[in-house]
Amino acid sequence: MAKLSASRLPGILSDSVRHIISDWLTSLKASPDGRLPAAELEAQCESIVTRLAQACREGNLTDIDTSAFAPLRDVLADVSRTRALQGFSPTEAATFILSLKQPLFARLRIVLASDPERLASDIVTMSELIDLLGLFMMETFQRAREEVILRQQTEISELSTPVVKLWEGILALPLIGTLDSARTQIVMENLLDSIVRYEADIAIIDITGVPTVDTLVAQHLLKTVAAARLMGADCIISGIRPQIAQTMVHLGVELNVVSKANLSDAFALALRRLGKMVVNQRRAVPADPA
Amino acid sequence: MARSTVPIRNGEDVVRVRQEVRRLAIEAGLGLVDQTKVVTAASELARNTLDYGKGGQAVMDIVQNGARRGVRIVFEDNGPGIADIELALKDGYTSGKGMGLGLGGARRLCNEFAIVSTPGKGTMVTIARWK
Repeated sequence: MAKLSASRLPGILSDSVRHIISDWLTSLKASPDGRLPAAELEAQCESIVTRLAQACREGNLTDIDTSAFAPLRDVLADVSRTRALQGFSPTEAATFILSLKQPLFARLRIVLASDPERLASDIVTMSELIDLLGLFMMETFQRAREEVILRQQTEISELSTPVVKLWEGILALPLIGTLDSARTQIVMENLLDSIVRYEADIAIIDITGVPTVDTLVAQHLLKTVAAARLMGADCIISGIRPQIAQTMVHLGVELNVVSKANLSDAFALALRRLGKMVVNQRRAVPADPA
Repeated sequence: MARSTVPIRNGEDVVRVRQEVRRLAIEAGLGLVDQTKVVTAASELARNTLDYGKGGQAVMDIVQNGARRGVRIVFEDNGPGIADIELALKDGYTSGKGMGLGLGGARRLCNEFAIVSTPGKGTMVTIARWK
């Protein structure tokens, strides 16, 4: 029975590639989507149907993991990845490949009109095959979305931990957001690297942008300070807001580090320690002589 | 009243607990200092639930007592439990790698603090902060 149906399907598909593509395109274009240029859609449909026919000639129709289906899998993966990036919903992405069933079955009905038994079994075979392809597309779609999220996470953790040089020998590390362990690691490495690179004596860690300072955050801060100290740099912590200060006292956390309410006070202290002074060059900004 | 349940299974869930608690604290009308205190206490307890209780959940409510409003949070886990609660509450004591200030600190940051633990069964910590 399986042999019987497998023997004719590949032939029918190969003979009807043109028909199926044009029918499929007609039905897809009935509900056009602005995000997808017509030329791109046509190219995608054509390569999917051509490769499907080719895979059916060479491979087993119930297993899409075989090498015969590799070219088809490649193009489907590519299509679903670009759709994930273009912002299509999972339903829209799945509907695309599932909509191939209609033109395919219509073609089978015409060719196999005289043999209803085979028509029924072929439709079941093709339907299962397209479902498998749909699931495969969904998986790739999902993976593409996850890749986007992962990339954004890395971007955020890199973006939010810049070390800036304020003066010869003075660095500032403005911390923003949650200090979970993975990010603290990056913060620490960045700071220690920069201490070496800029030959810094003083590092100012500004926590104005850290919404919650609990014992874990405090512990991370203290470890960073201790490591900087080992490298010969002193740390000043700035940006401790009143509510954070009260909370830390209740928690019982002691930061044995010089701290200042804001970054500018911390910078002034750092300059003083290095023996620098900020003076007025003239009485005030002179008016434009012209 | 608004009730929300947050499962605690990984580090991101601890962040979600903090965000939810802050949202409810603002809704209950808590001032900035009280908000920060209850969020910090919740952060400590959520991390304990994760690290020592091997995961669990946090159930939070806005509560009303006469004219006073506040936030109550219950942390539950099915972990190994705490054999000696007095010792666990002592500042500087930890069975892990932390500072040993979280549990005692959370008690100092809240108006109400209750802890029930059965060794081998799990731990339940209830905290509340009033306006």
